[in-house]
Amino acid sequence: MKKKKKGVSYGKYGYMFIAPFFIAYLLFQLWPLINTFYYSTLEYYKRNGREFSSFAGIQNFLNVFGLAPGEKAYVLQYLGNTVTMWVMNFIPQILVSLLLAAWLSNQKIKLKGTGAVKVIIYLPSIITAASVSVLFHALFSQYGPITKTLQNIGIISPTYDFMASTMGTRGLISLILFWMWYGNTTLLLISGIMGIDPGLYEAADIDGAGGWQQFRYLTLPLLKPIMLYVLVTSAIGGLQMYDIPALFNPTSTGLVGQPNDTSTSVTMYIMRLYNSDVGKAATVSVVLFAVTLVISLILFSTMGDKEEKRLAKAERRRAK
Amino acid sequence: MNKSKSYSASLKRQKLFRYIVCAFFCIISLLPFILLVMNATRSSAAIQAGVSLIPSTHLIENWKNLLLKQNGMQLTLQRAALNSLLITVPGTFCSVYFSTMTAYGIQVYNFKFKKFAWSFIMAVMMVPNQITIIGFYRFMLNLGLVDTYVPLIVPAIAAPTVVFFMKQYMESTLSLEMIEAARIDGSSEFRTFNRIAVPIMKPAVATQAIFQFIAQWNNLFTPTMMLTTDSKKTLPMFVQLLNSDQFRTDYGVVYVGLFVTIIPLVIAYLILSKYIVAGVALGGVKG
Repeated sequence: MKKKKKGVSYGKYGYMFIAPFFIAYLLFQLWPLINTFYYSTLEYYKRNGREFSSFAGIQNFLNVFGLAPGEKAYVLQYLGNTVTMWVMNFIPQILVSLLLAAWLSNQKIKLKGTGAVKVIIYLPSIITAASVSVLFHALFSQYGPITKTLQNIGIISPTYDFMASTMGTRGLISLILFWMWYGNTTLLLISGIMGIDPGLYEAADIDGAGGWQQFRYLTLPLLKPIMLYVLVTSAIGGLQMYDIPALFNPTSTGLVGQPNDTSTSVTMYIMRLYNSDVGKAATVSVVLFAVTLVISLILFSTMGDKEEKRLAKAERRRAK
Repeated sequence: MNKSKSYSASLKRQKLFRYIVCAFFCIISLLPFILLVMNATRSSAAIQAGVSLIPSTHLIENWKNLLLKQNGMQLTLQRAALNSLLITVPGTFCSVYFSTMTAYGIQVYNFKFKKFAWSFIMAVMMVPNQITIIGFYRFMLNLGLVDTYVPLIVPAIAAPTVVFFMKQYMESTLSLEMIEAARIDGSSEFRTFNRIAVPIMKPAVATQAIFQFIAQWNNLFTPTMMLTTDSKKTLPMFVQLLNSDQFRTDYGVVYVGLFVTIIPLVIAYLILSKYIVAGVALGGVKG
């Protein structure tokens, strides 16, 4: 009975082993995702303390984009805030990380203590973002020690307050993001550089290519996949930023990023709405989902395309 | 002769320059921690006077003031740390154990939907939690699980990135012959997994456990939505309180509060840094 076929089929164990993951995923991720889409078409209202909902079509979307009378386009405003703060952190981050990664992995000009440098620059990314945000706020607040010192040595005017300035607050939030994540990006880029065949550099040496030329025409093109990975994960993570702007400079009453709502992120908006207006909160989530999806698709397709085009061009040249 | 001399001199200059830049970034990374430690030892008035790198003697006093201020509050720092631990430890176990199990199922067995299951995990790896949170919150509300730790622990079973990492690791370390041998010896499939596969995977399990612990310990978004009773709240939520008017009036208290939430993590990191730094590189190459 036991051996119907030749040998026992173990396939069913495969299903048993992957079952917990898929049950948990379907229940706690996929089902909520589908429901979030569904809720975005509903209007919620309370009567006598009880909650009611009715079908509202695309009304929620009109509301969040400010197309309905009396509504403001908060989603666009907060997307703008979020993207601005992310870009201001990412451009310096990728440049500094490329420089450090190239230097720390350079085999010709070998530096001592690279292990310690890696450990130190990665440190900020494991610290609780909430604590980091409050720490930076304490250091840079109106009476904070860094603000005072900068005022005393005359870098900023004696009345300057970072928290009252849009650029000051956004700049500091970007600085925190940069400070937390450039070490992580550097380590990822180093592992990418380590994966490049050293024979290529030897060949470039024989051909007389200098350090900069090797970096520009060898390291950089070969790092493209890992840079794409860094860019996509950072962009997706950046769009969801919550901890840092939510704790850095909010009003004392709620999640409105001061000054004048210019440092409020999209997820702070979701957090503001989730209890009072489920339909709207779900709609904002759907918009965030769409933007995340579109951005990753664009990044993947443009980066991939360029590579293919370049290859095709090289192919044609060879054919001539 | 001369040429090689000037070459080595320029190399030296180049090296020096690189050392200076690297040192600069190390200082940038460490400076906020140094200021934190220094300020935690200074009095509120001294802190407001400006940056100083000289420690003072008010650490104990600041700590006592913190205890005094949180007196009568539902959520104390100690309580919040305990709550975080109560969520993070089982959560980390769930995500690492079940992810290893999932990766093992896909790696070792042949079944019809194996390819589909793997592609599915790869596809959903980058979907962020924040997008599904409204549906998730309503679901938990309907089940009556809001304000419990269940929504913060059980969903950790499905962690696509951990599965991905484990599968990559298994491809290079787990030999199917060994599993075959265990089978012949009469070991059941689950016993083989628990007694043979998991011990072989120890280095990967340790690395992922560290990363999962950090990620769940630092999480603010989901607990903020799920927990409403003060005494159940987590450490990052307590940190949020440090920014409120109740504490803000005394800077020494704010810094000592941050000191207690940050410095243990720094120490744990420095002890485990070898595994963590190697883990980042490993996750990145194939990620």
